[in-house]
Amino acid sequence: MRHDHDASNALLEQVNHALNERIALRIQGSNSKAMLGRPVAGEVLDTRSHRGIVSYDPTELVLTARAGTALAEIEAALDAAGQMLPCEPPHLGPGATLGGMVAAGLSGPRRPWAGSVRDFVLGTRVITGHGKLLRFGGEVMKNVAGYDVSRLMAGSFGCLGVLTEVSLKVLPKPRKCVSVRLDMDVQQALSKLAEWGQQPIPISAASHDGAALHLRLEGGEGSVASAVERLGGAVLDSGYWTDLREQRLAFFTRPAPLWRLSLPYNTGPLELPGQQLLDWGGAQRWLKSDAAPQVIRQAVSCVGGHATLHEQDDRSFQPLATPLLRYHQNLKQQLDPQGIFNPGRLYAEI
Amino acid sequence: MNILYDERVDGALPRVDKAALLSELFEALPDLEILHSQEDLRPYECDGLSAYRVVPMLVVLPERIEQVQALLKICHALQVPVVPRGAGTGLSGGALPLEQGILLVMARFNRILEVNHEGRFARVQPGVRNLAISQAAAPHGLYYAPDPSSQIACSIGGNVAENAGGVHCLKYGLTVHNLLKIEILTIDGQSMTLGSDALDAPGFDLLALFTGSEGMLGVVTEVTVKLLPKPQVARVLLASFDSVEKAGRAVGDIIAAGIIPGGLEMMDNLSIRATEDFIHAGYPVEAAAILLCELDGVEADVQDDCERVDAVLKAAGATHVRLARDEAERARFWAGRKNAFPAVGRISPDYYCMDGTIPRRELPQVLNGITELSEKYGLRVANVFHAGDGNMHPLILFDANQPGELERAEALGAQILELCVVLGGSITGEHGVGREKINQMCAQFNSDELTLFHAVKKTFDPQGLLNPGKNIPTLHRCAEFGSMHVHHGKLPFPELERF
Repeated sequence: MRHDHDASNALLEQVNHALNERIALRIQGSNSKAMLGRPVAGEVLDTRSHRGIVSYDPTELVLTARAGTALAEIEAALDAAGQMLPCEPPHLGPGATLGGMVAAGLSGPRRPWAGSVRDFVLGTRVITGHGKLLRFGGEVMKNVAGYDVSRLMAGSFGCLGVLTEVSLKVLPKPRKCVSVRLDMDVQQALSKLAEWGQQPIPISAASHDGAALHLRLEGGEGSVASAVERLGGAVLDSGYWTDLREQRLAFFTRPAPLWRLSLPYNTGPLELPGQQLLDWGGAQRWLKSDAAPQVIRQAVSCVGGHATLHEQDDRSFQPLATPLLRYHQNLKQQLDPQGIFNPGRLYAEI
Repeated sequence: MNILYDERVDGALPRVDKAALLSELFEALPDLEILHSQEDLRPYECDGLSAYRVVPMLVVLPERIEQVQALLKICHALQVPVVPRGAGTGLSGGALPLEQGILLVMARFNRILEVNHEGRFARVQPGVRNLAISQAAAPHGLYYAPDPSSQIACSIGGNVAENAGGVHCLKYGLTVHNLLKIEILTIDGQSMTLGSDALDAPGFDLLALFTGSEGMLGVVTEVTVKLLPKPQVARVLLASFDSVEKAGRAVGDIIAAGIIPGGLEMMDNLSIRATEDFIHAGYPVEAAAILLCELDGVEADVQDDCERVDAVLKAAGATHVRLARDEAERARFWAGRKNAFPAVGRISPDYYCMDGTIPRRELPQVLNGITELSEKYGLRVANVFHAGDGNMHPLILFDANQPGELERAEALGAQILELCVVLGGSITGEHGVGREKINQMCAQFNSDELTLFHAVKKTFDPQGLLNPGKNIPTLHRCAEFGSMHVHHGKLPFPELERF
């Protein structure tokens, strides 16, 4: 059952009220990504009253929905038309919304091969720090008019404005999907992945859990069949990928803090205290570790990556270089001059 | 319509004493090549949009990034406008010089710094040509996906500035989808890394913001691009239709069948005839429209997809469908499409290339609209589309030697772009706004949206010294020249006086 409702005026009113009264706003949908970032003190702006799919035409490969729409509703609509969100956004909770998906910018196992959340954002409607509801981008695949404010919003954790509506590029589901499990150690898995990465093999997910390499192959019947034949291994239940995406594998239940390490593809095994789980063909590694944040960040920075603590913390995100932080502050100042949107969620200074 | 910088509506530019600036630059940067005489400056008076020309005050041709940094610091201190330029192939006048500014030519930064096949990336200087990256990656079976038609000449720095596209965007994305990291310099000479060697970076996505920002926010000094494995095979189907509408509907049918072609191009009868005369690609000259559909990937899938698409095209009413027999015929089919612009150039003294995008379902409406406008203005229009992603390139045929024809062509072009906006599209899909579409920006965005763009600009360049006058119009320009952006029945800019 859908409960479409356009609450953009109410949201705009709440922002304008906050601007007049100089009240900070804590923007949230279902709060399913609350474990990311710094705690925010402020009046809650709940986007879930503004919900519903505004338009979806499968032959245009574009879906537009209000920010408070449940991600599950969007996925069900796409599924019914044989399509999908190729970036496989994690829900991390039963009520995950479209707005939260875009604001957090998290992508699932298919990300290295299909693209990230921001890659699929075509347009947005945003309430700005000047109390205006504005539209950027649109519903077309190619659009280079003006600055790309829509993609800037992806992953900005609500610090630059309130997303009210998003248009996404969507794609047909592949005709065939098979997952396999290959017994090999991490070192061997990484070198195999580097080799396969240079070949047209239809890999769409690759993870190593410490014991075996898990691969998902997607495409036409022919390419998937020949890849399965070539790679061998045991057939794997595709539920593995959902459990990985939603952090439901046994690995995630270990007691230590959870870190997300984002690394260049060609990074070898990384020696760090704790346990690791490889995702994104090695470009994303989950780490359960009690090591000091600076130890982890130092090790990851050395190889050109960065680390995020998946726990509400003052230092959740990797600190920025000084000039970069200054331009972040400038941008925040320009787009949210009164600093009312999620102040400090990303960094204390913005 | 005059699109050259007009201080009255585009904002006052700082006064620069050319002699004093020149002596300052000679002293601070003795080994920097500077062009300053009229005859040396003349070749730089325009980019790929050659209808508009301005001789720059100075042209600088740095060879080391430190020279760029020192130059920017001087320009910032002395308040000198700077226009960055790559290979100068842009079609929207994004690198159109300023009489009162320095043209900063980045073309000499042409070294490929690293091709890493295991990491699937290439790190290159900004003046490296687009095609040169794919050529350097080819021995590893890899390539760089975005392929604008100027790829033999255009530079990767310019591609970043314009978020360049090409014929394979629907499947492989634009420039923004194929970058890992850029190094930039802001106008005050501050260097920064945007993006990272990993697939994401902490903080705001400034890499996405800078891509397509037309040299307004910073100067790109290094680019790290993603490389993809080359598809094993590519096959092309050529379908003929007796009506443009049927061809347009067939495009949607292919997508509805769950197939994303590597390329999906459409041409109308005027373009077909012009191209066939020129290239002899084997196109059916009687057809009202043709579709070129390229399917690429692993052999077995491509074979399968070809059969499916063939069936879809026939069901959609194609009068004839041909699969390119071999690589030579495939190359010939593409040669026709890739030479459509010069082919049209042979049947008309001049032509003006537009770059609007629309939701695909609006294709018949737009084509009918273009036909009506074409009759109204008395100028022929040839239509070439990247049909897969709704990016149209109507070519307006005119003769600049006939008094008034250029103005009519411009007015017709502006009407076509505004039609795209009305139907939910955009005034530019891949060529950029530059100077060319500065007035149409007023149709696509309202004054509050433009004000926010100016705020973004102020973040990185508060004095407006980098590429002034491009991409984002002032509210005064919109009030005077812009088309009306009618929002909820209200006229825009009520606060501004009308001239």
